[in-house]
Amino acid sequence: MWDYSETVKEHFFNPRNAGAVADANAIGEVGSLSCGDALRLTLKVDPATDTILEAGFQTFGCGSAIASSSALTEMIKGMSVDEALNVSNQDIADFLEGLPPEKMHCSVMGREALQAAVANYRGEVWKDDHEEGALVCKCFAVDAVMIEDTIRANGLSTVEEVTNYTKAGGGCSACHEPIEEILTKVLAEQGKTFDPTAAPPPPAGKPKLGNLARIRRIENAIEAIRPNLQRDHGDVELVDIDGKNVFVNMTGACSGCQMASTTLEGIQQRIVEDLGEFVRVLPAQAMQTAAASAD
Amino acid sequence: MTQATSGIYLDNNATTMVDPAVVEAMLPYFTEQFGNPSSMHQFGDRVGRALKTARQQVQALLGAELDSEIVFTSCGTESDSTAILSALKAQPERREIITTVVEHPAVLSLCEHLEKEGCTVHYLKVDKKGRIDMQQYLDALSNKVAIVSVMWANNETGTLFPVEEMAELARSAGVMFHTDAVQAVGKVPIDLKRTAIDMLSLSGHKLHAPKGIGVLYLRRGTRFRPLLRGGHQERGRRAGTENSASIVALGKACELALAHMDEEKTQVRKLRDRLEQGILQTVPNCFVTGDPSNRLPNTCNIAFEYIEGEAILLLLNKLGIAASSGSACTSGSLEPSHVMRAMDIPFTAAHGTTRFSLSRYNTVEEIDRVIEAVPPIVAQLRRLSPYWDAAANAPVEEPEAAFQPAYA
Repeated sequence: MWDYSETVKEHFFNPRNAGAVADANAIGEVGSLSCGDALRLTLKVDPATDTILEAGFQTFGCGSAIASSSALTEMIKGMSVDEALNVSNQDIADFLEGLPPEKMHCSVMGREALQAAVANYRGEVWKDDHEEGALVCKCFAVDAVMIEDTIRANGLSTVEEVTNYTKAGGGCSACHEPIEEILTKVLAEQGKTFDPTAAPPPPAGKPKLGNLARIRRIENAIEAIRPNLQRDHGDVELVDIDGKNVFVNMTGACSGCQMASTTLEGIQQRIVEDLGEFVRVLPAQAMQTAAASAD
Repeated sequence: MTQATSGIYLDNNATTMVDPAVVEAMLPYFTEQFGNPSSMHQFGDRVGRALKTARQQVQALLGAELDSEIVFTSCGTESDSTAILSALKAQPERREIITTVVEHPAVLSLCEHLEKEGCTVHYLKVDKKGRIDMQQYLDALSNKVAIVSVMWANNETGTLFPVEEMAELARSAGVMFHTDAVQAVGKVPIDLKRTAIDMLSLSGHKLHAPKGIGVLYLRRGTRFRPLLRGGHQERGRRAGTENSASIVALGKACELALAHMDEEKTQVRKLRDRLEQGILQTVPNCFVTGDPSNRLPNTCNIAFEYIEGEAILLLLNKLGIAASSGSACTSGSLEPSHVMRAMDIPFTAAHGTTRFSLSRYNTVEEIDRVIEAVPPIVAQLRRLSPYWDAAANAPVEEPEAAFQPAYA
């Protein structure tokens, strides 16, 4: 049985805002029938203020799909359309006090329904690049399509590299067999054979990273540092990446700490090492200043 | 007899309650009867005799000619793997396997793995009622085939395959025949000595014995290569010190299953039919999957259209009712059950398939409570469904056209 949080159960057993909003002016329909999760989100938006007055959902799906839909409608009611678009799938999962890795896609579906509904409201066409593969790494919720794409985009050839780029296989390591199988398949397409004994290429001949892989590496580096900060009751979160500038928020005990700038330097050093290129780590408050000086 | 725990347990194809008489029979083998049956002293001898009795009890339930044809293993999956891998090792010149698209993962995943190692696997298709295509079977049989492995009864729908007839056909083609009978043993009468079946797998926990014990029936004279080599246990066909307490338990469970065999096709079947009719009469837009006229007496699999199975199970569970579903979400996979897909059940129904599997411990009161509980649960979820018109209490017109989510 799934390990659902009490909040997930509560929203499943007593869903909020179930059913279609009568005179909706924003409708989003997303999901996949083969996966067994699909959602229609209906919103009533005040055209004068862009405020979401009412939100309703109709969901064909499992317990966490219904709970995610319910949570989403609760979260966005009263928000402006722009504010609502800032709701991430992680926000939905956090609102529900977490989802099992196999079920994170339910929160992704919620966010996408919202994007589709807003596009519908604005008279735009919403297009998604969503392709979901079979879940390979259960520790970090990484699917087969993500692993395949990352291998192709970055010319990866070892399990260790796949772990470095996607996190997949970095936890319990039970998924190393399927990762090897994906490597074997992708390398065969390129006329190469997978060599399980091959050492990862030296970082000196650093590969040119794609945007996604670069972001993910930065995320991984920050993830690796967080436990150290958390031990001192602090924390750090990635806010944005703009070229060479990496913006972070220092939270908990780190926020306002006298050592904050030293900590930032430490984070910067770690990211630079992992990335093999120079970046500047800046507090998120510096975002506007940096943007202005760049112009 | 009443359930040992509270709640209504209708998931007996997943696992069963260990019969109290079985528990009683096995307990001494954890304590005073701790000997190793291979030992030369009285401690071992007493356990050795108990294993002999258990072997005969299994033999009787299966209708095997000899008790030496019974090989104890750790589970149904081990028995399946042993059978298929043995056939390939014993006949290295034969690199083909015949099986079906609706087998249990214990067979399907192994076959997919063997394909990567160079074997050719023929997957027999099924029709909309889950029935096998016998012509496809005959066309695939050849002297290149090492083994045919076909389940006796399907775990999801209960549909029975004509394994006795298929075994005869395999024998005339000179091909070994194995059947995964974990769902059939104890529910339908089996008399192996009158069939051409060479190997059969069974699993203890499906017939009121504990988990962790299985059997491979191995017809005398069948060429065999062990999966586990080591000591001389099971006449060298499955090394490893015997799980004596569980073997004794399985023997007792087989004895009870044989004694209660008539109840399966009378009492259990009657309750199953009562449940099925009760639900079909009160819930709109649902149907029975598989072949209703030819299936296990305890199994009923109903597809509730336009809603999803995990949600159904969670609401049933809240009322203490245990069942199972073929939806993708219950298994964490991306597709609904391969059995439902093989029968071409549409996605909008496949995700809502719910399996109720009974046992001789269920009562008519329990069944009536489930018949009462199901309609409101289905109605509650349909009120949330984009395919359902709550006002009309019917599916929306042309449901598949009315709701077309992106990336479906």
